[in-house]
Amino acid sequence: MTEAHTSPLVVADVEAVENPTFDEGMESKIQRILKRYPDQDAALLPVLWLCQERWGWISPGVMRAVGQRLDLSPAFVESVTSFYTMYQLRPPGKYLLQVCTTLSCQLCGTSGLVEHLKEKLGIDFGETTADGRFTLVDVQCLGACGEAPVVQINNDYYTNLTADSLDEILDGLDG
Amino acid sequence: MEPLLLAARGVKNSRALASYLNRGGYKALAKAMAMDPAEVIDEVKASGVRGRGGAGFPAGVKWSFVPKDLPKPKYMICNADESEPGTFKDRELILVDPHEVLEGIAIASYAIGAHTAYIYIRGEFVREAEILERAIAEARRKHFLGKDIVGSEYDLEIHVHRGAGAYICGEETALIESIEGKRGQPRLKPPFPAVVGLFGCPTVVNNVETLACVPHIIERGGAWFASIGTERSTGTKLFCVSGHVERPGVYEAPMGTTFREIIDGMCGGIRNGRKLKAFIPGGSSAPILPADRVDTPADFDSVAEAGSMLGSGGVIVMDDTVDMVWALENLLTFYAHESCGQCTPCREGSDWALDIVRRIRRGYGHAGDLETLHRIARFASQGMTICPLGDAFCGPISSFLEHFGGEFEAAIAAAEKPATTVLPILPVRSDHALFETEEAG
Repeated sequence: MTEAHTSPLVVADVEAVENPTFDEGMESKIQRILKRYPDQDAALLPVLWLCQERWGWISPGVMRAVGQRLDLSPAFVESVTSFYTMYQLRPPGKYLLQVCTTLSCQLCGTSGLVEHLKEKLGIDFGETTADGRFTLVDVQCLGACGEAPVVQINNDYYTNLTADSLDEILDGLDG
Repeated sequence: MEPLLLAARGVKNSRALASYLNRGGYKALAKAMAMDPAEVIDEVKASGVRGRGGAGFPAGVKWSFVPKDLPKPKYMICNADESEPGTFKDRELILVDPHEVLEGIAIASYAIGAHTAYIYIRGEFVREAEILERAIAEARRKHFLGKDIVGSEYDLEIHVHRGAGAYICGEETALIESIEGKRGQPRLKPPFPAVVGLFGCPTVVNNVETLACVPHIIERGGAWFASIGTERSTGTKLFCVSGHVERPGVYEAPMGTTFREIIDGMCGGIRNGRKLKAFIPGGSSAPILPADRVDTPADFDSVAEAGSMLGSGGVIVMDDTVDMVWALENLLTFYAHESCGQCTPCREGSDWALDIVRRIRRGYGHAGDLETLHRIARFASQGMTICPLGDAFCGPISSFLEHFGGEFEAAIAAAEKPATTVLPILPVRSDHALFETEEAG
């Protein structure tokens, strides 16, 4: 169950993020982020989020650009980016299917969902369908255990899932 | 009793400021601001409210550790990282009544003298972060936040800071590192955040639920709050019940309500008419308890006496179909994945223990395995690591072996495959010299 309409991710291809630049809109957002903290290093996570919303993933080029903007070395930016599991280091599909595989969801039948998804999409965890539509990943506890099983698709939680309800949701997604 | 923190459940548009004001919202903030900050802290101390994030430390005492005369800014942080498996109450509070949380943050900030507060929310809670942003904007427009709040000369800004997928960032010093733009690796304590915290300044980190209690404490008095629950665990508690119950969800009940009342009463008992086998009382890091301890009252001391901890109040219920070797493997997969990698006993121990349990479940167990698991559990816990993640995965190991060791022994006895076969992703390692030393000591 979700209140929002899940939109597809905007995913830039590899060439587009080789040497990315921040346009005016992004720059003004960065300015707003910087105002929240007394130390500009603290803007790193929010700026990475901003970049991921813009390009869909954090390429080495994006890391360099972020480092340059915040006066941090590319190596430092990479060490932080790679620590957090939600920053995508490779281009994902338009819909990132994040299946919770921790205990409460498993007690309520996640393994059946996983088998169903793998078969339906023809991919394993960590893979993207050939048409670039879906990426399937297993994630740790999403913090919605009372509504298990849970799958997060892009920014939205889908809960109390069965193979049928999940099919319906996937078939109803745009583009 | 009537719900306190989740009183707005079922109320139409409960997230809107108008709804919160209708229900008497932000009156406690005005009342607090007419008091001296020290009086606010005393009232919260008198309430006895203990941290709802898992540690159970008295919130008022935590606030009183902030030095008053240090010429540095002070920071308030609301911990909405909610990553402990089995825990989903903070999300519920944000979805139902975000202004209750904001009011709690504002009162706490005033009490410690902070003019900036951050809500650290887990990265996955995108919609919840949007709800908080909207609530903050609404509250600012009506001068409950921002400059000169509620007609005083006190300023407060609250910012939402999103995490990006790391369980460890629920630990307060890792959380602080993460706001500062670093890898979320815990700091050694002391110094404690109350003295050297965010940006090197005095900082208090409180859980969402703890802060949601604060407006009620100020409005109705610490003594009133202390009259709910038990003597040493006051107030109501949000219990997150998941797993094999008929009606899983978040339930609010006075501290000291028994797990039987929660599981059988509130949640309608075990699903499909089956029997309770075991339950984890306080989030996945809490040691597991067998069915015969279901009459334990859910308060900090009683659960500790029963051999576990109340933790975050995440109750994971398992019926008699659950294979305990499988369940422990699942939990260890989580901890091996979430160990930040900073301390060797936790980084190596969690992977190693997972290897062993995975091997046992797949029929490759051998005689020395349980002893090795016990040694890992001793070696990676109780002060051997910077933060409690070591204890968090050792508690499950020890308790699963204590209560359900028979299942592990049976799996090992039934193992038909040669013990030398290497199956897991990580190689099976031989006993470590350090463990021998620990043994001798």
